[in-house]
Amino acid sequence: MSGFGGFVLRRALGAVVTLFALSVIIYVVFYATPGNVAQITCGPRCSPEQVHQVAQQLRLDDPLYVRYWHFLSGLVAGQDFSTGTSVQHCPAPCLGLSYQSDQPVTDLILAKLPVTGSLALGAMVLWLVIGIGTGVLSVWRRGRLTERLLTGLTLVGTATPVFVIGLVLMIVVCGQLQLLPFPQYVAFTDDPEQWAWNLLLPWLSLALIESATYARLTRAAMLETLAEDHVRTFRAYGIGERAIIGRHALRGAVAPLIAVNANNLGVLFGGAVLTETLFGLPGIGQALVGAVKVVDLPVVVGMVLVTGFFVVLANAVADVLYAVADRRVVLT
Amino acid sequence: MSLVDVTDLSVDFGELRAVDGLSFHLEQGAALALVGESGSGKSTVASALLGLHRGTGARVGGSVEVAGTDVRRASDEELRRLRGGQAAMVFQDPLSSLDPYYAIGDQIAEVYRAHARASRRAARARAVAVLDRVGIPDAARRSRSRPHEFSGGMRQRALIAMALACEPSLLIADEPTTALDVTVQAQVLDLLHTLREETGMGLLLVTHDVGVAAESVDEVLVMRHGRAVEHGPVSGVLGAPAQPYTRELLAAVPRLDAPRKAASAPEEVVLEATGLRRVFGRGKRAFTAVDDVSLTLRRGETLGIVGESGSGKTTLGRMLVGLLEPTAGSLRFEGRAHTGVNPAVQMIFQDPVSSLNPRRTVGESIADPLRARGESEEGRIRERVAELLERVGLEAAHHDRYPHEFSGGQRQRIGIARALAADPRVIVCDEPVSALDVTTQAHVVDLLGELQRELGLALVFVAHDLAVVRQVSDRVAVMREGAIVEEGPVAEVYGSPQEPYTRQLLAAVPALDPEVGARRRAERRELAAA
Repeated sequence: MSGFGGFVLRRALGAVVTLFALSVIIYVVFYATPGNVAQITCGPRCSPEQVHQVAQQLRLDDPLYVRYWHFLSGLVAGQDFSTGTSVQHCPAPCLGLSYQSDQPVTDLILAKLPVTGSLALGAMVLWLVIGIGTGVLSVWRRGRLTERLLTGLTLVGTATPVFVIGLVLMIVVCGQLQLLPFPQYVAFTDDPEQWAWNLLLPWLSLALIESATYARLTRAAMLETLAEDHVRTFRAYGIGERAIIGRHALRGAVAPLIAVNANNLGVLFGGAVLTETLFGLPGIGQALVGAVKVVDLPVVVGMVLVTGFFVVLANAVADVLYAVADRRVVLT
Repeated sequence: MSLVDVTDLSVDFGELRAVDGLSFHLEQGAALALVGESGSGKSTVASALLGLHRGTGARVGGSVEVAGTDVRRASDEELRRLRGGQAAMVFQDPLSSLDPYYAIGDQIAEVYRAHARASRRAARARAVAVLDRVGIPDAARRSRSRPHEFSGGMRQRALIAMALACEPSLLIADEPTTALDVTVQAQVLDLLHTLREETGMGLLLVTHDVGVAAESVDEVLVMRHGRAVEHGPVSGVLGAPAQPYTRELLAAVPRLDAPRKAASAPEEVVLEATGLRRVFGRGKRAFTAVDDVSLTLRRGETLGIVGESGSGKTTLGRMLVGLLEPTAGSLRFEGRAHTGVNPAVQMIFQDPVSSLNPRRTVGESIADPLRARGESEEGRIRERVAELLERVGLEAAHHDRYPHEFSGGQRQRIGIARALAADPRVIVCDEPVSALDVTTQAHVVDLLGELQRELGLALVFVAHDLAVVRQVSDRVAVMREGAIVEEGPVAEVYGSPQEPYTRQLLAAVPALDPEVGARRRAERRELAAA
């Protein structure tokens, strides 16, 4: 196997193996931890008999590897759960049923994913534009006041927590100036315009924080490229500063930007807890915090796995893009 | 009006005066070489011709006029038009001098469009035309390659093609062949020669290699410490140098025809390698770096190993000292089979900068082999290190200094002291002088010879420079693609080479005498045609 196709295939296989390992670790960590799950699920007023019954329903008496095997086959083929009186079917890909609501975890996640996805992707577009723009501008004006100002601003940006910037934005934009309504999630499929207006502030607050990283990264990578010999070559051949910065220096920043962005985006798909909570967005982050509070293990495991899935996926895609961006990368 | 007119040029970087009161002219179509050792200011002069010091904080004095442009007073736009348009520069390291992310044809087209009103298509066609002109085979297809897909020689040709794109009247070549193998170097120099004959452009060649200068130009300007030492026609300056420094420089240049001390009487064999083979990688990617090499090394003799990059000479050297495990074959040291590292077989490395730990004093580095042998008494270690430092021509007081406080030649001496610390019987020298200036080179070579006579050392001298190898070796082995193609006493191999490859290598070595150079150039044409 060789060439680019082989590389993509190998990378995809690697991602599958990583995901499998991840699922084992997460399953063991959560289900092997001490604590009486049946008691918690049943509630404080349950009698020992009732607790025992719940434990049986939840198959808590089976050994861990048997339960993991059920979990894994459920993912592929679906699974039936007996609730004592009736049997509930959980179609593939089944991540189990919520202890709290008896709903399939997959459905719960699918309901939250558009919210988190909208937030993450929109914020990404903004932080790339703001971050790379700031980086390029500070390189263009290097050694002058503009650069020092921008460098200072990005430092403030990295150091500010998202809830501070989000709160300030909300108070000023929605409260004082009344330019925007207080955010309330509207599905894209319902009303694309309202979707965008309502998400604008969450996007901005996430993007302003994150863009600081990208601005610094862009600036550093571009300055490094500018010090390289090939830039000297183009200067000695009468190529203008604009082309040197825009074509040659910026090109050198693309690969590191891809790598950092992939990781960031993957993590965000697992929910931006603070941003979601602050703006009241019903996303995965909020739901995860809720599930942790009531020890709804199937929901927690499912959501953590989905987060892991996105991080692994984003990194695999990034590796492929990286190889496209920098052809010198040895494909192994 | 001259093509280049430099009067009383000075360049200061802060406190340092890099160029001091330099004046020279270059007429249309003529060729001048600036020759000097590192730090002589020759590259600074080349940059000053294109006004590359503007905006870097360097202070430039005097006057520089190139192709009718007053470089010091020109506006940014005038300077931009001069650069690449009328005067083009070919840089030293062809890998780092091209943008790794763009196709070579696109980079040349970009330069062309910066100076000529041309469509993208026309510029691209121009790029293919100049690539074809410098001898890139299948230029239309190869113009879409990125720099890393080209070999070193092809990259250097691509850079020359870039310089030709706008038909400049002056070509400035800054060490254009330093990173190249000797046969490739000869090809590039021949290309420059032909281009000059055809286009009539002027050439300013910056080089540390007197031989390269002798082959390529009509006039030489020898520089030292930023000043002109001697200036005149090639045959005069190199044939009958008037200045002591020029004479010293010429004397230090290793020559192919230099007499070699009489070979010592054959003595007992210290190191014997049989059927050495080394394969890197597995399966389809397996690459045989060294293939079935056998050699013997006797006490007190020097075995030279010459070859171009990729010939396997470094891999062979590393196997001899036990740094690399051979895939097949065996080593015998003083009659006994031997594997692994052997303190009696030491190594001196090419790069004296990176082969010393910058965070430790040189005394500590030299003491390493002593401690490795179990010596633990500090007083004795210090005493022995002091002795070694003095033995290689440094001072005992240098013990507590760090590597960056030394010059390249001094660092190589430290490397030699470290190798001697283990009381070796054999030292493998891997390109020990190729990073050094020629006068420094001569001193280090002398030191090695002295140590060899005194301590009865056997040396393996691995190098790409045929003249240096000739100067130091009793016997020589020529390597190509992992195998020894020819081996024998130096006089025989250099005097009457049997293998075509050895003849090709020898014909590629630049000669100090322009007449010999012309003869070798003709020889190369014949060999290439054959």
